[in-house]
Amino acid sequence: MIELNNVSKTFTLHNQGSAVIEVMTNVSMSVAKGECVALTGASGAGKSTLMRMIYGNYLTQSGEIIIGGTDIVQSEPREVITLRREILGYVSQFLRVVPRVSTLDVVAEPLRAVGVSAEAAQARAEELLAKLNIPQRLWSLSPTTFSGGEQQRVNIARGFAHTYPAMLLDEPTASLDAANREVVLSLIEDAKERGAAIIGIFHDEAARDSVCDREINVARFAQGVAA
Amino acid sequence: MSPLLSVQNITKYYGSHIGCKDVSFDLYPGEVMGIVGESGSGKSTLLNCMAGHLDPDAGEVLFDTRTDGPRDTITMSEPERRMLSRTDWAFVHQHARDGLRMGVSAGGNVGERLMAVGARNYGDIRTKATDWLERVEIDADRVDDRPITFSGGMQQRLQIARNLVTGPRLVFMDEPTGGLDVSVQARLLDLLRGLVRDMGLSAIIVTHDLAVVRLLADRLMVMKDGHVVEAGLTDQVLDDPQHAYSQLLVSSVLQV
Repeated sequence: MIELNNVSKTFTLHNQGSAVIEVMTNVSMSVAKGECVALTGASGAGKSTLMRMIYGNYLTQSGEIIIGGTDIVQSEPREVITLRREILGYVSQFLRVVPRVSTLDVVAEPLRAVGVSAEAAQARAEELLAKLNIPQRLWSLSPTTFSGGEQQRVNIARGFAHTYPAMLLDEPTASLDAANREVVLSLIEDAKERGAAIIGIFHDEAARDSVCDREINVARFAQGVAA
Repeated sequence: MSPLLSVQNITKYYGSHIGCKDVSFDLYPGEVMGIVGESGSGKSTLLNCMAGHLDPDAGEVLFDTRTDGPRDTITMSEPERRMLSRTDWAFVHQHARDGLRMGVSAGGNVGERLMAVGARNYGDIRTKATDWLERVEIDADRVDDRPITFSGGMQQRLQIARNLVTGPRLVFMDEPTGGLDVSVQARLLDLLRGLVRDMGLSAIIVTHDLAVVRLLADRLMVMKDGHVVEAGLTDQVLDDPQHAYSQLLVSSVLQV
């Protein structure tokens, strides 16, 4: 479902003496349907960079990143937008929303974007928010004023609202209490069962061991790069 | 799917000075594109060339019209272009007073655009105008007040109602949130996003506010000295800018 072939990435910092930083060379990996793969490696090894390259918000210099038959590296912006709407989900650590939009609408939005009716989208949003223990009295409020943990859970609810065939999870369980952590892990299990291909970053080893089928240490992709 | 708007090599000089040069892109139905750059970078010149307010020195602006398919709006006759700007196009000015008739009531401002496309029944026009005032969150009992009595944020929302009442397919916006305080901006952004999604609008937004484009635009074009220096997905351009100027622009934003 997700396939990377000989992918390389460099950053060029034009305003800092045009420094060129090679961060990754020859990354090749693939993730099958129903499989969850963990990216591991020390902080700064490039886990998040690789994930952003797959999502397309970091440009990839060479190689191909194929998701459900579409090569992100060569695609036009509108093709990437369609891919993200329908195929590829991304749960980051940070919630970014238009101020003033209610939590319920924030969570339902990805479903509305793929054409689900307002009622069905809202029902699904309510189900997820309840599951993630967001008190019902907060649902009509904007999440911008919520605590960090609540915002993160809203973000997870939003990320899992639509049943994406491919998902990227950047520390979905970080800073969650035990009960909510279990809920998130069960959401990941459900996604795997319906055939989603998942790539995740988990600092929480127990969580990683319980849902991931394999680990890939990104440090080896940086090996070809002069330190 | 064919593009709604196809802009090819738009060039505009002010004497020997470059306004904008060789700008080309395609905009598809439902897409929102942001144009950012510092003042004087040519973004408003480009917007005004596309919207027919300025005559470019070279280039084509092909719009997919409902009846005749793609037509070059620069070479089409003035009445045709004026009809287009009353029906399928909308233009939201930075200063609401440029887009409103300040001496006419709020309802009249919205109704005028309806009448321009042939609406004649007073009751229908008034009902529709009131409905639109409510959609942009202006109390229905202000329908007979003149916009001069409105706050800046309300004027801007009235301008949006006036523009969208005829169900356009393409909206040009020039700094729609400029000069408004942040709480009003947030409200306007929320409103615009809902309208874009519910009406399936395409939009081109000129702004210097990177936070606005991140929330509203799918795609982004960065301009400097009249040239497009970088274009791509909004989050790609903001998270991993490639051109020296875009890197400077993104890194210059103050973190809040």
